[in-house]
Amino acid sequence: MKTPLRLAVLGGLAALTLAIVPLVGRQALPFSVLLDFGGSDPAAIIFWQIRVPRALAAFVGGAGLALGGAVFQAIFRNPLATPYTLGVASGASLGVALVSRFGLSLVVIGLSTTSVAAFAGAMVAVGVVWALTRLRPELSSTTLLLAGVAMNFFFSSVILFAQYTASLGDSYRIVRWLMGGLGGVDMGTVLRMAPVVALGGTVVLWQARKLDLLATGTEIAASRGVAVAPTRTTLFLATSVMVGGVVAACGPVGFVGMMAPHICRLLVGSNHRVLLPASILFGGAFLVLCDTAARLVIFPAELPVGVITAFLGAPFFLWLLVRQVGSASARS
Amino acid sequence: MSESRIAVEDLSVRIGEAEILHGVSLNVGRGEFLTVIGPNGAGKSTLLRCLDGILVPSHGRVLIDERPLTEIGRRELARTVSYVPQPDAGPLDYTVRSFVEMGRFPHVNAWAALTEADAEAVTHAMGLTGVAELADRSMSSLSGGERQRASIAAALAQGGSILLLDEPTSFLDYRHQVQILDLLDRLHDESGLTIVAVTHDLNSTVASSNSVLALKGGKVAATGNPAELLDTDVLSAIYDANFRLIEGGHRGLPLVLPARNGS
Repeated sequence: MKTPLRLAVLGGLAALTLAIVPLVGRQALPFSVLLDFGGSDPAAIIFWQIRVPRALAAFVGGAGLALGGAVFQAIFRNPLATPYTLGVASGASLGVALVSRFGLSLVVIGLSTTSVAAFAGAMVAVGVVWALTRLRPELSSTTLLLAGVAMNFFFSSVILFAQYTASLGDSYRIVRWLMGGLGGVDMGTVLRMAPVVALGGTVVLWQARKLDLLATGTEIAASRGVAVAPTRTTLFLATSVMVGGVVAACGPVGFVGMMAPHICRLLVGSNHRVLLPASILFGGAFLVLCDTAARLVIFPAELPVGVITAFLGAPFFLWLLVRQVGSASARS
Repeated sequence: MSESRIAVEDLSVRIGEAEILHGVSLNVGRGEFLTVIGPNGAGKSTLLRCLDGILVPSHGRVLIDERPLTEIGRRELARTVSYVPQPDAGPLDYTVRSFVEMGRFPHVNAWAALTEADAEAVTHAMGLTGVAELADRSMSSLSGGERQRASIAAALAQGGSILLLDEPTSFLDYRHQVQILDLLDRLHDESGLTIVAVTHDLNSTVASSNSVLALKGGKVAATGNPAELLDTDVLSAIYDANFRLIEGGHRGLPLVLPARNGS
């Protein structure tokens, strides 16, 4: 199948997922709710005020996380790199752990304390890495990733300390947030998260050709006409803010950011002008599906979506990898 | 003297505490093929990176077509100067065609598709380097020689008139060395490219060039044409080793052999 066709199929499947998922749930909804926007009928309220915002939030969040992974894997030339690797998620988690532990209130223009703390924590982590690159521009990307790993451990130990010394209730709240989840989202969450992801996404998509070149190495990229340092800084900051916004709304949902770009690479190749849109579609649809599974799997209770993402995603990824290796050896 | 395409004035590069290049000056005229030789760590690759603005010197300046490099934007520079770095064995999940097409980056807009002129430049570069039949293969699946030719194709697709190459024939078997050297000869003789190549190969690459610059310890140790440089005393002073010359090299030049004790 040609690459543009694969992208179109992916787009079709993503649209289908978004269309069907809000109809699926404990309460079977008639198709007529589709026409009853703003209606006071319970079915219409469940559909338009609960399930549609939740599906949209999952899509936007998944798209942002996948895009972030694709960008970091290219600019760091490392298949394991994501904004999480550099501490965005653990910084956010630390923010939430601290406000929960010390009972702080940080409500800003309608945003919850948790969201504000998470976003602030993520930005502190980004700021540390950014400062490192400014102070020592010669640091290699491997060194930066190592610095990120060290920071993750540092944040984790402070989180553990906060949790250990917290009351049982606060400790549970922290653990629950760390698992990630879309239980509390509404249209407001979508409307706050979407512009951040759209802005980050636009910046990233605009740099698609540069990402291809950065993925081949900084010397080649520079020689082909890419201003490497400013491009990397722009991409790094835009992506980190985008993923920080997603984590603030959905919690540190794992797996999507690292694996979605790899799965898309297997499906549509490495060209970023195709890979980035594919990551948006796949990452978005994947998180929507995972969130649906999270809603239904231990029905009537609900699982945190972070429990589901790797549980469903890892076997699928392994299957794709094995299939890829199999077809490669069949060709040779 | 022919018009200067590359001028280097009193160039010094310091990385941390180490001074890699010190007071290097040189001139490369239009259509000239300069080889840069010297022992390991002499600063050859560093010099090449400075010529393409990848590395910023701590002192001195580089001029391309009589304009200081610092006044030329990256994309504009890329339309004039192409650089082929040392072969990198890392994974590269792009097809050969995609990789060569990336050479057109300084000519295309962020979202615009490649134009007919771009496609033509890509096809021409792939034809010249003999990688057309590898177009749909992954870069990661290529042999060292094929990968090197694809790298040169990408640099040629860039459409510049100055080509910088770092060790273009190292790690290649003899057949592929000859292919690359024939290609450089053609590019120089027929397409009139100005070429600067860093090399350890005193026999073939140096013989293809029309001038040689030797670096030692970050300073210029000798300059001249290949016949002047391929001299046992000159080479001994550059490399701190003994050499033997024998008749029968490329273009009537002698062949250089390192002389071992007792030989």
